[in-house]
Amino acid sequence: MKTGIFLCECGGNISNTIDLENVKEHLNDEDEKVIVKIHGNMCSGAGQKLLIDEAKKHGLDKIVVSACSPHFHEKTFRGAMKKAGLNPYNLEIANLREHCSWIHKDIPKVATEKAKEIVDAAKAKAELDYALEEKMMKLGNEVLVIGGGIAGIQTSLDLADSGKNVTLIEKQPTLGGKMAILTKTFPTEDCAACIISPKMAAVIDHPNITLHTNTEIQDIAGHRLHFEAKVIKHPRYIKDSINMDQCLICNKCREVCPVSQPNYWEQGIMNREAIYIPAPHAIPYKYLIDAETCLHFVDGSCNKCAEVCPQNVIDFGQKAEELNIAVDAVVVATGFDIFDAKRKPVFGYGKYENVVTSLEMERIVDHIVEKDPPRKVGKRVAFVQCVGSRDKQIGNEYCSRVCCMYSIKLASLLKQAKPEIDIYIFYTDIRAFGKGYEEYYKRSQEMGIKFIRGKPSHFTEVKETKQVILTVEDTLSRDIIETEFDLVVLANGLELSKSSDIVADSLKLAKSDDGFFKEAHPKYKPVDTLVEGVFLSGTAQGPKDIPDTVAQASAAAARVMATLAQKEFALDPVLAFVNSDICDGCEKCLDNCPPKAISMNNEGKAEINEALCLGCGSCITSCPLEAIDLNYYTNKQIYAEIEASLHLKKENEKRILVFADNNTTYRLIDACGVRKMKYTNYARVLRVPSVSRISPNLIEFAFAKGADAVFLGDSPAKGSHFEWANKTTQNNIKTVLNKFKKLKIDSDRLIFSQFTAADLMKFINEINQVAEKIDKLKSIPEDIKKQLFPKEK
Amino acid sequence: MAIKVKFKDKNDDFYKKIVELSGEQVALCDQCGTCSGGCPFIEEMDINPSEIMRKVMLGQKEVMDSRTMWICASCFTCTVRCPRELDVSKVSEALRQVKLRTAIDEISIADISKEEAKKLPTIAVVGNFRKFTG
Repeated sequence: MKTGIFLCECGGNISNTIDLENVKEHLNDEDEKVIVKIHGNMCSGAGQKLLIDEAKKHGLDKIVVSACSPHFHEKTFRGAMKKAGLNPYNLEIANLREHCSWIHKDIPKVATEKAKEIVDAAKAKAELDYALEEKMMKLGNEVLVIGGGIAGIQTSLDLADSGKNVTLIEKQPTLGGKMAILTKTFPTEDCAACIISPKMAAVIDHPNITLHTNTEIQDIAGHRLHFEAKVIKHPRYIKDSINMDQCLICNKCREVCPVSQPNYWEQGIMNREAIYIPAPHAIPYKYLIDAETCLHFVDGSCNKCAEVCPQNVIDFGQKAEELNIAVDAVVVATGFDIFDAKRKPVFGYGKYENVVTSLEMERIVDHIVEKDPPRKVGKRVAFVQCVGSRDKQIGNEYCSRVCCMYSIKLASLLKQAKPEIDIYIFYTDIRAFGKGYEEYYKRSQEMGIKFIRGKPSHFTEVKETKQVILTVEDTLSRDIIETEFDLVVLANGLELSKSSDIVADSLKLAKSDDGFFKEAHPKYKPVDTLVEGVFLSGTAQGPKDIPDTVAQASAAAARVMATLAQKEFALDPVLAFVNSDICDGCEKCLDNCPPKAISMNNEGKAEINEALCLGCGSCITSCPLEAIDLNYYTNKQIYAEIEASLHLKKENEKRILVFADNNTTYRLIDACGVRKMKYTNYARVLRVPSVSRISPNLIEFAFAKGADAVFLGDSPAKGSHFEWANKTTQNNIKTVLNKFKKLKIDSDRLIFSQFTAADLMKFINEINQVAEKIDKLKSIPEDIKKQLFPKEK
Repeated sequence: MAIKVKFKDKNDDFYKKIVELSGEQVALCDQCGTCSGGCPFIEEMDINPSEIMRKVMLGQKEVMDSRTMWICASCFTCTVRCPRELDVSKVSEALRQVKLRTAIDEISIADISKEEAKKLPTIAVVGNFRKFTG
């Protein structure tokens, strides 16, 4: 066996801190069965070629690449391994950049010593790696698109045109989403309805799209390109049939309906009946009954629509329908909600009748040219920017990107329709970033719209006139302005729609700091998520204008096509396996596998169903004989890794062994590195699928070999890929702590903490606290260590 | 009248001093003017609170000549409303501290007539010596 170790300089990112020549010497000194090479950029074509050439020349069978996080280039190097004729699972990555050089920039000598241990650990694990075969799973042609706004529509149409079978789910009774509410669009001022209506019609006409409106997601089960969605289709209470007895849209029902309710599509500035068509350009263009306000449902007092209907299609008895949809990929296009301005009472929204939201203003402006508009605007109108954006107080520190432009648009449209109106826009910064936007901004200034750089501080209402007085500093002249306005329009920011929560929970999708869905990589995977087969479209990923939304929607469709075009995909072979020579059929593991991947075979031995196993490793602890194990993370390998991570420890040194779950904690620690956030150099981070895989034996072994503390990091059960895992981890810890008690070892040395992807500071604080604590503690005496782990390994 | 400002190396020292005393990262102020718009004493001030923040940010020591920080009643309206959650009144306090450390009092007791002293609330008099320092 010969192992090739490739030390990457990462263009100085690693080599400026870590003395790689020194590391190389250390490796050569130790073992003649290795070859060590240093290269400037291992991920480059030249770097990969070096790996392939050396592997062939020296007949290498195991490879260690010491470079950046495996989350960046593990796939790259596995590809290179294949080209070299090696099994891609004989590869280990030593993460020197994120876990060492970037965080220990100021202590290069310590970093170099730490680097040696990190590479040694990877080498020790690599030597025990063995070939794994990827099983191929068939991929179908079915795609679920959640959300029927412009994003979902565009994705669906692109996918359907490419021959995929699309199921499109929309919770509203019509397609169109927020865009269907808008009046005209910036900067071209073409009407939103005119752009989106043909696309909505194309959806319903497309043979490859099944549309379900008035339908909500209840649950989505599955993973890795096989999903099963459970959806509930709410009744419209109108018989749907292609026969002659269908609704003729004669509107007689609407004329007799006594109910008057705010119309969502008109944002409440106009009313509708309880039996209604959602909007003039609704798709499907069909009536439905709003059961929450219809008197037939409220108190049974009314039956008028049914009596008057000439076609007899009203059916109060209709029930909700539950549908199960099996798909190969999911596109999340759940869109945004505007910030609820009532959450910041200073704006007076909901209290003062002349303070309106931007969406309300869209409808007001749309009706402005009518003879008798439903809402008058008065003589002086103020637009207030950054309502619910760039505001730490309400937890939204991000810029919503579109508010400057839509306010300028609404102001311009208003000015064109009614030049006599005085319009002011109060802003902090105008962000006119898109194509033609700056020019549009300039035109609005030419039109006479006044821009005042200042954020209104006071909003008070004049009792008699209902005007709103704004007090604001013009930060450019430093004058304080105090003036009454007939209408104040808030530029509400964008937030992830609340209805996305069910999708987030059931698909275990991560969110970024701003609360929107997190993409797999901000630069090169902007529409993928961390869940294989789930993609993001539109504002669900972050605030966007219409052109960006459509572009991203098409990108999501393209990513789905590329994924499904492979026809089959390789199942990750990092799964549990049973050593049937050792298994005695005690069945204890069965309860510790919630996905039900373990069963007993004819010979009375445990067996793993590879299609169901998720590779969390929770079952391992339950086996008293260590007969169950996990590919790529075997017991032997982890023992070796632990030993190598501690073997250079000198007497006065300390070590914290961090076991980090691959999906959350490991990425979080990477993120700390990317941001060059410093933390204790005691930490040695080892990657596992879930820390529930770390059995009590392994923890005890770590202490016996010199760890001063063991830190287990995993994601909270909610949002975890392995919801059940933390329970196992807690049991494991209990077992070890019991032993600690007997041996009088401080329980502070063993930590289990749960992290979400954004908890960078939490991790840094906690790991530093552990370092401080163990600094104060005396090291564990040798005889106690022996009692803790008496077995010979 | 416009004055010409030159950036000097020492500017940063003044900025750092105020950050240290107030505990507020003044550079995070994005000059939206919410503090000035809501200030109940703005009419009494020679320069606005937002302008104080701006000048501190650029290390312009001349800000010490302003009366604004002495007018500030520490009512915290600005603090409550700041979208970046900066405590503007703490910055005012830091400026007062710097001034007080030079042992210059804002008012001189001797200059107050007995009649005036009777009318003035004690707290106001003390406040003009020391705010937040007791």
